[in-house]
Amino acid sequence: MRVFLLAMLLTVASLANADVAYPPQSIYNLNAKLIDQSGAARSLDMHRGHPVLVTMFYGSCPLACPLLIDTLRSFERSLTSAERASVRVMLISIDPERDTTESLSALATTRHIDVSRWTLVHTDEATVRKIAAVLNIQYRRLSDGSYNHASVTSLLTPQGEIAAQSSVLGKADERLAASLRAL
Amino acid sequence: MRHTLLSALLLSALCTGEPVYAAPGKDAAAAAMPTVPSGSFESVLPPAPGVKKVTVSSYRLDRTPVTNADFARFVGKHPEWRRDRVASLFAEKDYLTHWSSATEPGAAIGRQPVVRVSWFAASAYCEARGARLPTWYEWEYAAVASGTRADARSDADWQRQILDWYSRSARGALPNVGSTPANYYGIQDLHGVVWEWVYDLSSMLVSGDNREQSDPDSLRFCGPGALTMEQKENYATLMRIAMLSSMQARYASATMGFRCATEVKP
Repeated sequence: MRVFLLAMLLTVASLANADVAYPPQSIYNLNAKLIDQSGAARSLDMHRGHPVLVTMFYGSCPLACPLLIDTLRSFERSLTSAERASVRVMLISIDPERDTTESLSALATTRHIDVSRWTLVHTDEATVRKIAAVLNIQYRRLSDGSYNHASVTSLLTPQGEIAAQSSVLGKADERLAASLRAL
Repeated sequence: MRHTLLSALLLSALCTGEPVYAAPGKDAAAAAMPTVPSGSFESVLPPAPGVKKVTVSSYRLDRTPVTNADFARFVGKHPEWRRDRVASLFAEKDYLTHWSSATEPGAAIGRQPVVRVSWFAASAYCEARGARLPTWYEWEYAAVASGTRADARSDADWQRQILDWYSRSARGALPNVGSTPANYYGIQDLHGVVWEWVYDLSSMLVSGDNREQSDPDSLRFCGPGALTMEQKENYATLMRIAMLSSMQARYASATMGFRCATEVKP
């Protein structure tokens, strides 16, 4: 009986997966179990249907990551209010050890992040590796527990395809805005 | 004490010609996935400037690379990894093109290491087995062993043998797995057969030097030069790092295979 129920559940789960057919290059094809700053289970395609800016960071990062958040803010300020309302932002932690629901929640509060449009998520190491691979983000954990990582921000189409990437830090990248308007 | 024990083991291996690992047949699982005891060594990729020693926790590593037949069984159970169904996000168009069909490699290559598999596909295979790809340090740590020594890098004969393997491996059909001698841990084919994917592929390009953090562009575009590499005499290992750092996770190269690893719970 239990086996039967499990089989039923698995069938339903796989059907649900097959329901959403993303383009073959969409990063939403990656089945990643994420947890957001409120402790809710999320998936990579949580903002499907919207243009999404996605980048990877770690919460204890002293310099580059605050700058990353400021850069995303600058980018949003460069948009019209209608464009801003449609855009979603996804910040994915590369630090499965130290970034937790609590630390991400605290970061969202101290940085006054609008969690109705921005989502901070953490996950396990194997999933971090895969997300970094689909986003072409190189990173390396250093012996002191900090990370060296490329600050690459990707603009995703509503279907999860990478439309543009930028490593510009400190100011809004005009090429990203142009790509957004071309979507 | 540890050192003495190791020396004793080495000595007994040298004197009797017997390998120090459990003989195949005694324990099938251990024979298929020998245990590499924890230890430290000087990697060609120093973890940070001025830090030479890398410590590796005990792990188990596949004795041989994953074969076409092994991978066909996996594809049979996980059809989303068939070459005609896989999302191009996870594998470029060369993925498994050498197989006779989407599900069958063909009998002639069943025992050869599977190649033209992407990092994503290799990761999924290992996960389906409850394992993962080895980290670069795990791979390198096992690969510095000769038949008799855990770290044979100072052994000129062994180095020559490795370079000889590399110079031959580019020609002709791939050999079946298990065609090279077992090393100190009972692991085979780490050299001279195929390149192998590692778990931390996305770290291969990035320097362990924090001071370079200010310029991510230089990290993206410097290629293997962005790494601080040491021990220039270990060409074979450096070649492997250069190869890995040029690979994207969706590439399916005709010379890239893989094997799986698991942690050993203390």
